[in-house]
Amino acid sequence: MAHEATHDTTGNTAQADRSARAVVLLTGPAYLWLTVTVLLPLVAMLYFSFLSEAPIAGRVGELTLEQYRAFFEHAFYLELILRSLRLGAEVTLFCFLLGFPCAYVLAKTIKGRWREALFLLVIIPFWSNALVRVFSWTMVLRGNGLLERAIETVFPGAGSLDLLFTYNAVVIGLVHSYLPYMILTCYISLQAIDDDLIAAARSLGASWLTILRRLILPLAMPGIVAGAVLIFVPVIGSFMEPRILGGRQGTFIGTIIEDQFTAVFNWPLGAALSFILLACVLVIFIPFTFAARRMSG
Amino acid sequence: MKAILTWVSAAAALVAASVLPASADTIRVLNWQGYGTDEAWALEEFEKRTGHTVEHEYFNSEQEMLTKLRTNPGAYDVVLINSAYTPQAAEEGLIVPADLSKIANSGDIVAEMLGNKNLTIDGKTYGVPWVWGATSFAVNTDKMDPLPDSIEVLWSPELADKLGWRDDAVEAVQMAAIALGQDINNPSDLDAIKEKLRALKPQIRTFWTSENDWNQFVSAGEFDAATYWSGSASRSAKNFGLPVAFVIPQEGAIGWLDGLSVAKDAPHPEAAHEFINWMIDPDFYVKWDTEVGAPASANAKAMAGLPDDAFNRAVLGNPEVAARLRFMGPIDDDMREKMLELWQETKTYYQQ
Repeated sequence: MAHEATHDTTGNTAQADRSARAVVLLTGPAYLWLTVTVLLPLVAMLYFSFLSEAPIAGRVGELTLEQYRAFFEHAFYLELILRSLRLGAEVTLFCFLLGFPCAYVLAKTIKGRWREALFLLVIIPFWSNALVRVFSWTMVLRGNGLLERAIETVFPGAGSLDLLFTYNAVVIGLVHSYLPYMILTCYISLQAIDDDLIAAARSLGASWLTILRRLILPLAMPGIVAGAVLIFVPVIGSFMEPRILGGRQGTFIGTIIEDQFTAVFNWPLGAALSFILLACVLVIFIPFTFAARRMSG
Repeated sequence: MKAILTWVSAAAALVAASVLPASADTIRVLNWQGYGTDEAWALEEFEKRTGHTVEHEYFNSEQEMLTKLRTNPGAYDVVLINSAYTPQAAEEGLIVPADLSKIANSGDIVAEMLGNKNLTIDGKTYGVPWVWGATSFAVNTDKMDPLPDSIEVLWSPELADKLGWRDDAVEAVQMAAIALGQDINNPSDLDAIKEKLRALKPQIRTFWTSENDWNQFVSAGEFDAATYWSGSASRSAKNFGLPVAFVIPQEGAIGWLDGLSVAKDAPHPEAAHEFINWMIDPDFYVKWDTEVGAPASANAKAMAGLPDDAFNRAVLGNPEVAARLRFMGPIDDDMREKMLELWQETKTYYQQ
């Protein structure tokens, strides 16, 4: 902008035109891609959720609120949504408790090549297929599996944990899958905190707890919120990990939605449940985001 | 030397071409994976006999199969349909009647199966009876000896955390209906069925979805007993060497009959009929059951070709046992929806 001021008026318009064109050219493909791949399918699903049956192969669905009514008629759908929200909250909390200290150490304590090496360790799980990771957990968690044998070696007679096919197994698998998101987002915001600020706070006699509470946490809040959103949203809709690790206790709203699409072929109900879940997420996140912004800002 | 080889192979190709029938088609078959039609040796033999080659596409549920037929008209030649769904497929115009005069082996099919009212509609054979069997449960014989003879064993404390169950609404409801002596296709008391299924909470270890799943869970010791299909049980015992035995309890078991149908607008109807003929051929069936493991054949000659001690002959071939089967029939949409809701509600109850 500063150098535009030196041009005359006509040159200025031409420049503006050119930069507008540049904006369209540079952002256009990305937005077009998003429109085609995200917006269109979502709109189609929203439309499906108001139909009596999926309009596939010459079948005609009528417009109806039937699918949404089904949700309110059966208490178990709400029960499963609450159960999934609880799972999302717990997994996010554990990811924060494990990921934040790790991100802090990476951002503030370790420097140089060690940091790169440790960072690599955080990212490595992303290189393997998610399904393979979950299946490997079944071998670790099963009765007399790797975990139990390891514990038995250290503490003979510790007894059986038998974690596989429990709610806890689902939490363990999901925390493992999503922990890197929390570490990465927290790392970015923690790294941006000026070390001098912390030094200044300490020189003014602030305790570690005060520094953490009044300085680091508020400044890192955007990263924490970003990590929480990135984890919470996919976890409440997750179906693969609950199915494989949860056994009898692995029924969540995500698995029921998946059933509607794959086993039952009731796409409209599956779509309606998905949008109800989306509404729940929005209701939770909008106030949360405002609160977080006030805290950090 | 090289030139001679080229000549020889060219001549061989010519001879082969003249021996084979004029039209060598590639047909497309729609079936469950690993369910007979895709055995590599069988396809080689079929190609040797007729010159046709076979490609496969798979489905994981009957609803998926119907959807595939609806969305891809003209894509498939032969489709496997559980006879409980054949009337619906016929009514929707997804399949056409087979011409039995083009299927030489059809003369050996057991008359009651050929005349099954779900397969033969208005005198037209919409599904050629192929194989039949039972859905019940199988037990790990290392853990359960002697074999139980009542379905109530699934509800016994002995099986706490040791029972495998298939995550399928219709099958779950039908298993409970068998235990309660209700009609499996139109149960009279769904509340009693719901209670019966809820009572399984302490027993169910996890849900299985595929044969492969089942084998892994049993070999890992997760299941001592699990719901299963008779044909799959013999594959688990023969192919995977698992110590399993299939049980048809006193209360009965779910029976099913699978038919092979010609899809509407099949690109190669002639080859499709030839393939169906090969699938019910005793040569194919006997090898399939003895070497791989299969359900019972609808072809009487094929069944007679089995060794005397084969499960399909010794157990299912026993009229007293066969009389205990309650065959799956069409379920109307309203009932299907109720079954689904009941099962989802029950699964939610298992979480508490």
